[in-house]
Amino acid sequence: MTRNSMAFWTGAAVFLAAVFVMTQVVGNQYPFFAGYVILQFIALAVAWSILGGYAGYVNFGTSAFYGVGVYSSVFLVKAFGAPLPLQILAAAAIGALMGLALGVLTLRMQGIFFSIATIALTIIIETAITNWRYVGGAAGIQIQRPPVTAPFENYVQMLFFVQALLVVLAVAISRYIQNSWIGRGLQALRDDELAAECTGVPTLRLRLLACVISGALLCAVGAPAAMYLQYADPGSAFNLNYSVTTLAMSLIGGTAHWSGPIIGAILLGTTQQLLTVTISSEVNVLVLGLMLVLFVVGAPQGIIGLVGRLRGKKEGGA
Amino acid sequence: MTSSDAPAPLLRISALTKRFGGFTALSNVSVDIRPGERFGLIGPNGSGKTTLINCISGVFRTEPGTVLFGGEDVTPLQPHQRTRRGISRSFQIPRPFRSMTVAENLMVALDFAAHEHVSVGQRQDSMMSILTQMGLGSKANVSAASLSQVELRKMELARAMATHPKLLISDEAMAGLSSSEVDEVLDLLLSLAGRDITIIMIEHIMQAVMRFSERVMCLDAGRIIALGTPTEVMADRRVQEAYLGT
Amino acid sequence: MFSLDLLLDAVVIGVLLGCFYGAVSLGLSVSFGLLDVPHVAHPAFLVLASYAVYFLNEHYAVDPLVAGLLITPVFFVFGLAAYRLYYETFEKRGSDAGVRGIAFFFGVAFIIEVLIILQFGVDQRSVTADYVGKAWRFGDFRIPYRLLVAFAVATVLTVLLTLYLSKTFMGRAIRAVAQDEVALRLMGADPLKVKQWAFGIATAVLGIAGALLIIVAPVDPILDRAYIGRTFCVVVMAGLGSMSGTLVAAIILGVAESIVLTLFGASWAPAISFAMLLGVLAVRPQGLFGRRS
Repeated sequence: MTRNSMAFWTGAAVFLAAVFVMTQVVGNQYPFFAGYVILQFIALAVAWSILGGYAGYVNFGTSAFYGVGVYSSVFLVKAFGAPLPLQILAAAAIGALMGLALGVLTLRMQGIFFSIATIALTIIIETAITNWRYVGGAAGIQIQRPPVTAPFENYVQMLFFVQALLVVLAVAISRYIQNSWIGRGLQALRDDELAAECTGVPTLRLRLLACVISGALLCAVGAPAAMYLQYADPGSAFNLNYSVTTLAMSLIGGTAHWSGPIIGAILLGTTQQLLTVTISSEVNVLVLGLMLVLFVVGAPQGIIGLVGRLRGKKEGGA
Repeated sequence: MTSSDAPAPLLRISALTKRFGGFTALSNVSVDIRPGERFGLIGPNGSGKTTLINCISGVFRTEPGTVLFGGEDVTPLQPHQRTRRGISRSFQIPRPFRSMTVAENLMVALDFAAHEHVSVGQRQDSMMSILTQMGLGSKANVSAASLSQVELRKMELARAMATHPKLLISDEAMAGLSSSEVDEVLDLLLSLAGRDITIIMIEHIMQAVMRFSERVMCLDAGRIIALGTPTEVMADRRVQEAYLGT
Repeated sequence: MFSLDLLLDAVVIGVLLGCFYGAVSLGLSVSFGLLDVPHVAHPAFLVLASYAVYFLNEHYAVDPLVAGLLITPVFFVFGLAAYRLYYETFEKRGSDAGVRGIAFFFGVAFIIEVLIILQFGVDQRSVTADYVGKAWRFGDFRIPYRLLVAFAVATVLTVLLTLYLSKTFMGRAIRAVAQDEVALRLMGADPLKVKQWAFGIATAVLGIAGALLIIVAPVDPILDRAYIGRTFCVVVMAGLGSMSGTLVAAIILGVAESIVLTLFGASWAPAISFAMLLGVLAVRPQGLFGRRS
């Protein structure tokens, strides 16, 4: 293990330990409710970046994956009373299959056409779920939480910890990809697909791999949301806001480095949570729109890019 | 030069045809290229040179026609598979990986195309030695997007070299360069050829082709109109007509 | 039960609806089809126009169509400004403009949605006019006047825009800019100016289209999301930048939606346009009547 990896895994362990201690010590429920949402967005943004950032295929279907994650849990709970870990695993498996389907789309379309196709995919799946009576149809469905297992005293606290685990998993995978030959290959195909292919990069296989990994993670992150809200309806589970928020977080943070989406998600996620509490959820969407426009126009490489440029200048000056 | 006990060809193109809709870009092209040969490919614009390269490197599918490389039929293989077998190319308009440094550009080739079981350290060494050889040693950590035209051409060749090719196809690597730069690139190609790498060179600059090639093939409207030593091909009336457009 | 009458009814309504979809897609056919701008905020601009029409109708009792005409020049200028901003930040910088462009326009769409919510609330809004709410009866047929008005205006609008693009100098320049920028320079026109003008026209058309939108049915602030599917479906199916193709594609979509609505009910309707869009992208990305891939 390199020194870098040591630092990373130590950080991850400290983070999980802190989250765990928090669930044991803090009595107030609100921090867990808000914190869960932020953790969820960190995981979504990191997972999204594997395809959208590294490979440059901008997926607007985050809501499709997220929604399918939610509804696969709904189905499993209603049909079999499946426990949470199984819900998450099943969602990941379904997400991987969806990712594969998305990967096949990349065969036929690139750039903006791919992006538009992913929006289309979202609405089509949402409509199908809306017409599926068993999981509640358009009106939605109530979900009963099972009793919480020790050492947690409250279900939301447990979900908070589970989501923290998913964050660590997503970040670890994303970091591994970036530092390995997979990351270099994805970067090459993002820059120039033909040149990559002629340099020996199996572009199709890598694209499929990125789609499958990203899809599995996005779906897995959505799975616990059914239990979190104790309710699901297609309109909210497949809301386009998830797609745009996730994309915005990644772009704001910067997609050149695995830490970019984390920074973006913490920044935007926290701001949104504060605004929702203090003003309203509309303003929160307004801030999303404004930040997206500002960063895309003013800092196309995100915060990571800004920091890099500042450092470059300093070094250049010295 | 040729004799009955000549080695098996490294590349054998047989009856290759390529159509785009109703337009026939290549028509029944067959040619053998020997291991270690320096082969020049000429022809007027639109004569099918780049199409032929695209068929050899796998960018285009051929129908009908086969490409044999080292005795193996590579016709059904995708470009990256052919690259791993040892067919490497540069592009007429350079296509660097712009978000990477020069060193990283080469690392892509070393990661994906070079032979397995090579340690990271060995790859680094290999990369530096190729860069030095190409005269890009000082540019290793420079962003590929900031290179000059001649540097880009050299980097394309360096990246192609990093795949450890048996066959290197250089597609107009000298276009748009000054005469001293042309000589520089030509010397590079000659030095590579001295190392048992077979090279196909597409070029418009006749002087360079004449100096470089052992054999020259001239395409016109998708057909081979001449194939032989540079002097023979230059003396061919049909070649002169094709170039002068009479 | 399914009957021939019902089907015929669905087809007639579908054709009328289709012409209306054509009208709301015309602008996108210019901006995305001819100029390659990934304008996902097009439907948000459309809904914004509807609210402007609503405002004029509600407070000054202006007829919706007249209101649509009144806001057209404002939208034209708005379009000029929007393109300038887009050009300065994306086209000029080159690479991966498309991808960041689409993110940009999504941001813009969200901002418009929220501004409408803050100003008008989340409830549905509609306009009042003589032709809204009444229907033309012919035997068993019942065709709402609002659809007939939308159909008539949409047809006129399509014809006018087609004539503009084929007969006037500027119109021909706009078509040329999509195909061959160099030829355009040789004609002595500045491609940037032409594109900016074209985007202005594309946005101006939305004034009328927005009036039609609120005439046909009540609008709400996030109605734009449903129209992302419809407008992009029409433009992509038409083959980027073909005006007559836009009308035909829109009619195909209208009829398809109307038939599905009749046979399977409203809950399947939102997916029709997106499914057709996905199908066209996957099978024939150059569109049905396309001029290029």
